[in-house]
Amino acid sequence: MKNSHTDANAVVDVCLLAGKIMLQSGAETYRVEDTMMRIAASYGMEHSHSFVMPTGIIFSIDGLDPTKLVRITDRSTDLHKVAVVNSISRKISAGELTIKDAHQQFKQIETAHEVYPIWFQILAAALASGCFLIMFQGQWHDFFYAVIAGGLGYTCMVYFHDLVKIKFFAEFLASFVIGMTSFLFIWAGFGLELDKIIIGSVMPLVPGLLITNAVRDLMAGHLVSSLSKGAEAFLTAFAIGAGIAISIGFSF
Amino acid sequence: MIYQIVTSFIAAATFGVIFNAPKNSLLKCGIVGMVGWVLYYWLVYYQGFDQVVGTFLASFLIAIISQFFAKKFKTPMIIFSVAGIIPLVPGGLAYDAMRRFVENDYSVALPLAAKVFMISGAIAMGLVFSEVVNQIIKRSMATRQ
Repeated sequence: MKNSHTDANAVVDVCLLAGKIMLQSGAETYRVEDTMMRIAASYGMEHSHSFVMPTGIIFSIDGLDPTKLVRITDRSTDLHKVAVVNSISRKISAGELTIKDAHQQFKQIETAHEVYPIWFQILAAALASGCFLIMFQGQWHDFFYAVIAGGLGYTCMVYFHDLVKIKFFAEFLASFVIGMTSFLFIWAGFGLELDKIIIGSVMPLVPGLLITNAVRDLMAGHLVSSLSKGAEAFLTAFAIGAGIAISIGFSF
Repeated sequence: MIYQIVTSFIAAATFGVIFNAPKNSLLKCGIVGMVGWVLYYWLVYYQGFDQVVGTFLASFLIAIISQFFAKKFKTPMIIFSVAGIIPLVPGGLAYDAMRRFVENDYSVALPLAAKVFMISGAIAMGLVFSEVVNQIIKRSMATRQ
């Protein structure tokens, strides 16, 4: 089955599909490149080259076959998909899947929905906010208020992101809502420590995955993607900070 | 301390939910986050270590455990390390710095901002260090065979 033109095309297609799903779900750059080259190698294409950036993938196989490019516009965090693609590529390496089967399986994951329903994620974010309040030396008295502020903030984040599609704006508005809600709790005499409530409820918005990925990519020598991911993380942090800063500006 | 253990476990596991981690890895996410945070808390609040040093050691431990889990359960390491790292992110300090800036209190804000930068660097260095250690171990194993 080696090296006829249509075969090479099919292999490149499968590799790009796998890479696209991984990159959109928040995998590290080096893992995306590694997975694509492993898949290509197990279908008999030993010498392949991939260039992965947060906004696109270029993939080529040595010889006369065409080089292909996919554009990535939408990035989110979905670790479940990363894990599934990883296990499928393991199966391919072990020689258990034909190209057609692999393509079908990747297509299936691409359209799969998130593991957890949205209300469950909001609940998780709310609970996390409360727990962070305690971890940062807050009082149990404020636990409930941090849960509400954090849940409300995350809900706003999800809703605004659906509405305007600009991630930074959604983060800015969400952290503004958190700041105002926390301030209202203090103002009405329910909450005790404004700082602790705000810090706890902002934590679900913090770009932890981006920072971790940026560092690991930098270390692996992917300078372009690590710097752009770092810039994205910085922008997110700045959006959160600005939202909080404005709400504080209102309240003093 | 008991409260810290319980809340850090719940916080890390719920972060797994926010990041859509696979269902069977949520418990492990919680464990990684809990161990990292307990080490940090013990070092900083009981042993009087500097926050930067505590953060570095905790993120180093988190990365080591994540690598161990990744190898054992054959899943990408990132699933475990991300949820564990989150509690170490200096959100509180960053907030304090931001607030001082807004109040035009620059002389207090700048040292806080510098500290935030140092702690972020410590998290990164912890991850990098464990990766280096891991590669050295791998290489020495390969040469021995």
